[in-house]
Amino acid sequence: MYSQGLTDAKGQEEPADLLAEFQAKIDREEKIEPRDWMPMAYRKTLIRQMSQHAHSEIVGQLPEGNWITRAPTLNRKMILLAKVQDEAGHGLYIYSATETLGVSRDQLTDELLTGKAKYSSIFNYPTPSWADMGAIGWLVDGAAIMNQVPLCRCSYGPYARSMVRICKEESFHQRQGYEIMTVLARGTQAQKDMAQRALNRTWWPSLMMFGPSDKNSTHSAQSMKWKIKRFSNDELRQKFIDATVPQAEHLGLTIPDPDLKWNEETGHYDHGEINWDELFQVIKGNGPCNKERLQARIDAHENGEWVREAAQTYQQKQNNQHNEAA
Amino acid sequence: MATQINNKALHTYLLRLADSSLTMGQRLAEWCGHGPYLEEDVALTNVSLDLIGHAQIFYQLAVALSDDSQTADDLAFLRDSHEYRNPIITELPKGDFAYTTLKQYFIDVFSVQLYQALSKSSYEPLSLAAQKALMEVKYHLKRSEAWVERLSLSTDEAKVRMQKALNDLWFYTPELFETDAALNELIEQGVIADLLALKTKWNEQVKTLLQRCQLEIPESGWVATGGLAGEHSEHLGYMLAEMQFLQRAYPGCEW
Ligand SMILES: [Fe+2]
Ligand SMILES: [Fe+2]
Repeated sequence: MYSQGLTDAKGQEEPADLLAEFQAKIDREEKIEPRDWMPMAYRKTLIRQMSQHAHSEIVGQLPEGNWITRAPTLNRKMILLAKVQDEAGHGLYIYSATETLGVSRDQLTDELLTGKAKYSSIFNYPTPSWADMGAIGWLVDGAAIMNQVPLCRCSYGPYARSMVRICKEESFHQRQGYEIMTVLARGTQAQKDMAQRALNRTWWPSLMMFGPSDKNSTHSAQSMKWKIKRFSNDELRQKFIDATVPQAEHLGLTIPDPDLKWNEETGHYDHGEINWDELFQVIKGNGPCNKERLQARIDAHENGEWVREAAQTYQQKQNNQHNEAA
Repeated sequence: MATQINNKALHTYLLRLADSSLTMGQRLAEWCGHGPYLEEDVALTNVSLDLIGHAQIFYQLAVALSDDSQTADDLAFLRDSHEYRNPIITELPKGDFAYTTLKQYFIDVFSVQLYQALSKSSYEPLSLAAQKALMEVKYHLKRSEAWVERLSLSTDEAKVRMQKALNDLWFYTPELFETDAALNELIEQGVIADLLALKTKWNEQVKTLLQRCQLEIPESGWVATGGLAGEHSEHLGYMLAEMQFLQRAYPGCEW
């Protein structure tokens, strides 16, 4: 029964006994490690999900990187710089973890730059004001934490371990974002307005970060069985909303959803319908900043080509000299 | 101490230290998210963070020395370019990676030698700050020196870019050692480093590496000067316009 529709790289059915053993291990909450046998589809799912995650960290540097040179105080500048640097570090760990599945970082980078690979849709929105730094830390890193905390228990060992390390930093990111919002919300009217506009911009896209609704989610069931995913998209989204609404109230800001209200019966907040068409458009490449974000990565890659080449050539020359001397 | 320190001169010198670190850090921060590869993105950001941290410390020393109620942030965000005291080299645009690297190397050699000397300053707060910064700039120097060598002794393209960077940057370096009457007084009192002695040391160290890297020092060019007196290039105004935007557009706010 485990082999249902699962085939290996050559299109052969995966061996039933190995599959059964694999699933039993997962059910016992044991980690799958790089050298362990795993079905091709598990490997592929992880490569897709992990590389998308790594790409998101890297592209995610850009919307906030946009304000580093304009941060309003020395402290804010250093905190933001450290935060964006963390994201690059996250990208690095996750790329390394993905490499344990038998793909190279070069290959993954190539997929990002050619538009074959996806990254989180949220980073295709612009950050026109300083308050967006607050809204992103608070909401986007907040949503990332909701997604990533369960991943600390993901069945694939290297991914789970990288998430443990990353989640610690994400909570610092979320706090610094909320703190920016707090200061703005207590500030002058102009600052409050700035904060409200940023919340208006970021709210719906951050709900979309949890992916399509469970009704339309294609990869969910198998990922749950493999314990790559622990909660459904809608469950995580609801958790996020329930945690965030009181925070917005505490700030004195208004969440831009007239249908948002507490439901005594369910013990959750009801919310308005998400504009799924917008999400699909952004995923397809038609968000406000898709082209700019990708181009920024392409430019960095192309402008860095000669540097990478030089480093390699130098290393070879050193090795040659070393060999001659020996 | 027998002689009274000239506070105004020391204040100006602390601003020179702080402004230099801040402008260097600000330029490096422009690489964040755009580095030639991820590891380098992270490394450049590290250096930038250290430098902005140094700037903050030196601004705080300046604040402590002054009677008015200006804060470190006021000094960074509310002074115009003619009030900035950094040498022009630190405000130059980031350029390509060769330019960034060589500029960083020049400044790193200078900073290591300078902070070593300032560690012995008779003004204790400055001596302590220099000791702290020294540990970090030593690490920066290791990194930038390795990159200068790596880029210079590799591909033809990298070598050409490094030579061009050297041609463009070389004559900005003498300004690092510039003094005026007030600074000379502080030097005599042992409050700040003997910049003339540093100039010799700096030239020795830098020229040794350039030679090993087969780079040629250009024969002539405009020798930069003016930063100490608040006379700057066109670049600083744009940097400040960007950096100070929020503080200027929304005066008196908390952030
Ligand atoms: Fe992250
Ligand atoms: Fe983050």
